[in-house]
Amino acid sequence: MMKTRNNKAWFLVLPVVISVAFSAIIPLMTVINYSVQDIIGPDQKVFVGLDWFKEVLRDPDLHGAFLRQLLFTLVVLAIEIPLGILIALSMPARGWKASLSLVLIALPLLVPFNVVGTIWQIFGRADIGLGGHFLASLGIDYNYATNPLHAWLTVILMDVWHWTPLVALLCYAGLRSIPEGYYQAAKIDGARAWATFRFIQLPKLSGVLMIGLLLRFMDSFMIYTEPFVLTGGGPGNATTFLSIYLTKLAVGQFDLGPAAAFSLVYFLIIQVVSFVLFTLIQRNSNPTATKQGTP
Amino acid sequence: MARIELDGLAHAYRPNPQKPEDYALRPLTMTWQDGGAYALLGPSGCGKTTLLNIISGLLRPSHGRVLFDGRDVTDLPTEARNIAQVFQFPVIYDTMTVHDNLAFPLRNRRVPEPEVRVRVAHVAELLELTGDLKNRARGLSADLKQKISLGRGLVRKDVAAILFDEPLTVIDPHLKWQLRSKLKQIHFELKLSLIYVTHDQVEALTFADQVVLMEGGAVMQTGTPQALFEEPEHTFVGYFIGSPGMNLLPCSLESGNTDAVLLGTQTGAPRLPMDAHLLERVRGQGDLTVGIRPEFLGCSNTEEIGTSETRVLPAVIARVDDLGNYKLATAQLGGYTLMAKLSEDAQVQVGPGWLSFPAHQTKLYSSSRLVR
Repeated sequence: MMKTRNNKAWFLVLPVVISVAFSAIIPLMTVINYSVQDIIGPDQKVFVGLDWFKEVLRDPDLHGAFLRQLLFTLVVLAIEIPLGILIALSMPARGWKASLSLVLIALPLLVPFNVVGTIWQIFGRADIGLGGHFLASLGIDYNYATNPLHAWLTVILMDVWHWTPLVALLCYAGLRSIPEGYYQAAKIDGARAWATFRFIQLPKLSGVLMIGLLLRFMDSFMIYTEPFVLTGGGPGNATTFLSIYLTKLAVGQFDLGPAAAFSLVYFLIIQVVSFVLFTLIQRNSNPTATKQGTP
Repeated sequence: MARIELDGLAHAYRPNPQKPEDYALRPLTMTWQDGGAYALLGPSGCGKTTLLNIISGLLRPSHGRVLFDGRDVTDLPTEARNIAQVFQFPVIYDTMTVHDNLAFPLRNRRVPEPEVRVRVAHVAELLELTGDLKNRARGLSADLKQKISLGRGLVRKDVAAILFDEPLTVIDPHLKWQLRSKLKQIHFELKLSLIYVTHDQVEALTFADQVVLMEGGAVMQTGTPQALFEEPEHTFVGYFIGSPGMNLLPCSLESGNTDAVLLGTQTGAPRLPMDAHLLERVRGQGDLTVGIRPEFLGCSNTEEIGTSETRVLPAVIARVDDLGNYKLATAQLGGYTLMAKLSEDAQVQVGPGWLSFPAHQTKLYSSSRLVR
């Protein structure tokens, strides 16, 4: 029996296509438009080709923001992934304790991003914040508003608090999918905790870890609300990450041209890295075919 | 190598077992000889995997003790027990090569590397894996993976017994035969104790010197395959072993009569003559069953005269199935259906016929237990 092609199906997809077009594609076209034009006034638009791109890529402030962003992402990934694995390993596997720990772990993920920033902003204040006051009582002159290092530490700590639960939950799900037989065989083979982790748990977790890495890279590279609410990008530009800088350019200085140009470059960077990671995930879940087939 | 003794061993999942049904494994005491090949046979849920896991240390029994060569190992963890276990689903370490998989148990025990290489090479040769040593373990076929699992058990010098939990379930049928032969060869060469759990009686009967048949958490009978076949101690053993299993006919004693049993309760039920001394033993007892294996039940259309060696009863042959190298006849006798296995050239037709019960193979059971 032949498979019938029913082109009427396209009509069913049309509403989604239209809404995605309006909310994503057309704005993207607009950005591309802005990135190749100099808008002097409402009716004065000059086509400048790649000039904005060249100017923005030479901007030292942008370089600074980019390096800060890179450092932030690397530090945050280096902390959150191992910490998430550790938390997942310590969570109970079944029973009411498992449900309770899952709920508690997931709580930071439920908080709206700007509330996260506000929580940590107040928490870190030396006069009324629990954390700030405690540190002050220890004699440490902690002030995230004036000290760049303190600001960095606070922002990193806030992100770790906010997002490690995601890695932990992913790893927890991954661990639960390992059949008991593997642990039993490892016991019989005399493997202790570290060997069991290295040869059974970690390989079986590699799939979810890739997903976690992908998600965390994308989100931390684009981070905006939490650090903006916490430090506003300060002190000075100590915690001005890429999207904060871009927003300042576009909305603060109304420099739409360079902002649009760099938005596209930003978009491209995230796409490329995500694509690489995604390909690795795909290759992981489809292992190479058997070298020796059954006769 | 270890002699394994089970002393009052029992296991219940709930804390306070009262009735026999509360036990997953009912109290049992038995000895497994050094170097023997044992099969733990039984239907699903009979407790054989529980027993195996208790012996290997993966499960701690709620009652009783396990002893290896007289030494109480009940509290010893698995890694200290000189036991290897091969599971139903092959377990291999994906990230390592075949060689490293086999070396894993030795390296965990800090065996020096030169010795590791020697032992791995030896086991690889034994299992015909030498050509595969350099390959990644991931993506190999199921039978190769099971060989590697077996190899990990054999590679350790201190292994006293190897336990198998239905290891051939996921293997293709024609490879099953090869692996089974390999296991027998290993048993012969290395003289290890092997305990093999299965629900497949063909596997058990061809593999083992001694078969332990279990049901509902209890050991029904332990013996050679031949003993289980010819002298089943319990109606369950008769029913489970053999394909088809033993014909079981509930019967009763005739009052005042000591030379026959009645097959059935209605008037005019067939009378089957039985040995007087057997009937003496069961005088006054209810719940009697006659058992005879299809392999021993004779069936033909021509009348035969009954003797003291063979009792003959008239019956109706309902169907005859030709299964290639044997025929299976189904007969009706006084409300009971019996099966008889006949040779492939037996001339039997549907219709009236006679069933012959050889005295020696016709068993009498009282409350499901064999009467001798």
